[in-house]
Amino acid sequence: MTRAAKVGWSRIALIVGSVLLLEVLCRTKIINPLTMIPPSAMAVKLYEILASGQMTNDIIQTFSTVAIAFVFSVTVGLGIGALVHALPRVRRALDPLLASYYSIPFFVFYPLLIALFGLNTIPLIAIGVVFATAAMVISTLNGLDRVPRVLVKTAKIYRMSPLSTVMLLTLPSAAPYLFTGLKLALAYAFIGIIAGEFILSGGGLGFSIAYAYQNFDNDTMYALMMFVLVVVTVMNAILHMWEQRLLKRRARA
Amino acid sequence: MMRDGASGSAPATTDQDRRGAHAVLRGVTRVYPGAMAVHALGPVDLDIGHGEFLAVVGPSGCGKSTLLDVLAGLNPPTDGTITFEGNPVHGTVPDGVGVVFQEDASFPWLTVHDNVAFGLRRAGVDAAEIERRVTYAIGFMGLKDFTKAYPAQLSGGMRQRVCIARTLVMQPRLILLDEPFGALDQQTRLLMGDELLRLWRETNATVMLITHALDEAAMLSDRVGVMSARPGRFIDVLTTGWPRERDSRIVADSAFGTLTGKLWSLLRGESLKAIGSREGLTQRADT
Repeated sequence: MTRAAKVGWSRIALIVGSVLLLEVLCRTKIINPLTMIPPSAMAVKLYEILASGQMTNDIIQTFSTVAIAFVFSVTVGLGIGALVHALPRVRRALDPLLASYYSIPFFVFYPLLIALFGLNTIPLIAIGVVFATAAMVISTLNGLDRVPRVLVKTAKIYRMSPLSTVMLLTLPSAAPYLFTGLKLALAYAFIGIIAGEFILSGGGLGFSIAYAYQNFDNDTMYALMMFVLVVVTVMNAILHMWEQRLLKRRARA
Repeated sequence: MMRDGASGSAPATTDQDRRGAHAVLRGVTRVYPGAMAVHALGPVDLDIGHGEFLAVVGPSGCGKSTLLDVLAGLNPPTDGTITFEGNPVHGTVPDGVGVVFQEDASFPWLTVHDNVAFGLRRAGVDAAEIERRVTYAIGFMGLKDFTKAYPAQLSGGMRQRVCIARTLVMQPRLILLDEPFGALDQQTRLLMGDELLRLWRETNATVMLITHALDEAAMLSDRVGVMSARPGRFIDVLTTGWPRERDSRIVADSAFGTLTGKLWSLLRGESLKAIGSREGLTQRADT
């Protein structure tokens, strides 16, 4: 077994072990059943919820909101990143603001967004975008900073237009950093939107979890929490595997 | 052949001119603008003959790379004129000019094959012709077993071969090399020098090699231009007198030692100046 495979298996063992431990603690009632239900029961309940279709609309709402916020953040973040990179003075002014960006508790603005846009998905998309865009901007700046100058000279030798230089040399060269931006933007969009739904919303997964919590419906609450965790983990794993494939070529043998 | 541009006199006709100069520089200077403008180069007058292998040596920071940049059309000269094959060069790279840099300029996201094919694809050459030329260049540079490899899997010397192959496929008539072997160890450098000579003979291209290694300059070139400390001008141009068929075994020749010695005696004072000025700068920065 290779080193990487060993690490991979021990990671899986750790997760499976933790879930099993939780199962045992719940089944032996060391953890009060009113506080938490066993993971197996969560899975059964989740299956029931999904099979019944009662949550389908909420699931669709959350994922489509996240998707819109993600696409928007990535596009805008890439654009702002490229623009700021091209303007060193603006960059110097913005750098400290970007560095302290995530110290701002954006959710305090959520009520304001609802007042502005109404209780629909727009305030949620906005909070997701506000959360995710800065990560993409920072990653874009990082990536563009690390494009070797010699590549720009090479582009001149091939007499490439600014657009083809960006598409064929700059973006591929910065790709690993941009990928980090994608991963972060997706994670932040999820956090922002589910938290927003949690606070105030008429539907969605975050709303459904909060609703179940307020109605003492532990089974549904835990089942949905499990669903969110599994979905986010799977998405991240897919992006991670894709990223590894990309990096493998560029890693020194 | 080459004159100190400070004299300002009109250039006389020379042997190279009669053979037909391939690239001509007249009164070329380059000043990097800014609050502390740096006069990096010149004035430089230089004729590079058709099919000639010219090496340029000089102390570090003397403007060797600046010279290459303006000749390649990567940057415009501040003053003076440059012509390549009779056409003026001013800040755009002319067709027929290939450049190899010291830094690794290979594209890490492309295989060796696709790296080499990059320029041809950009130029819209048809697929069969691309394959033919790429296969040839890859074979010529000894990369046949690595066509599907990515640059990260290769050594520094191999990656530089990829960059040379990438230049070679474009069939340049003037090849400019900016310390291409600077990052390689001595043995690899000697062998890469042989490859370069082979390439030069095979393509009949004109070559200008910028280097800080006196032995490299002496071993590879027909003529060696020696530059002064910044702002770089040509102090002297030595003709090596080597036959066209030559390789790194020249280093055992007694004439090689004499030539290298001569180069060093020309350069020693300039190199001291370059080091001195840099130390002066450091001291100023400290205070």
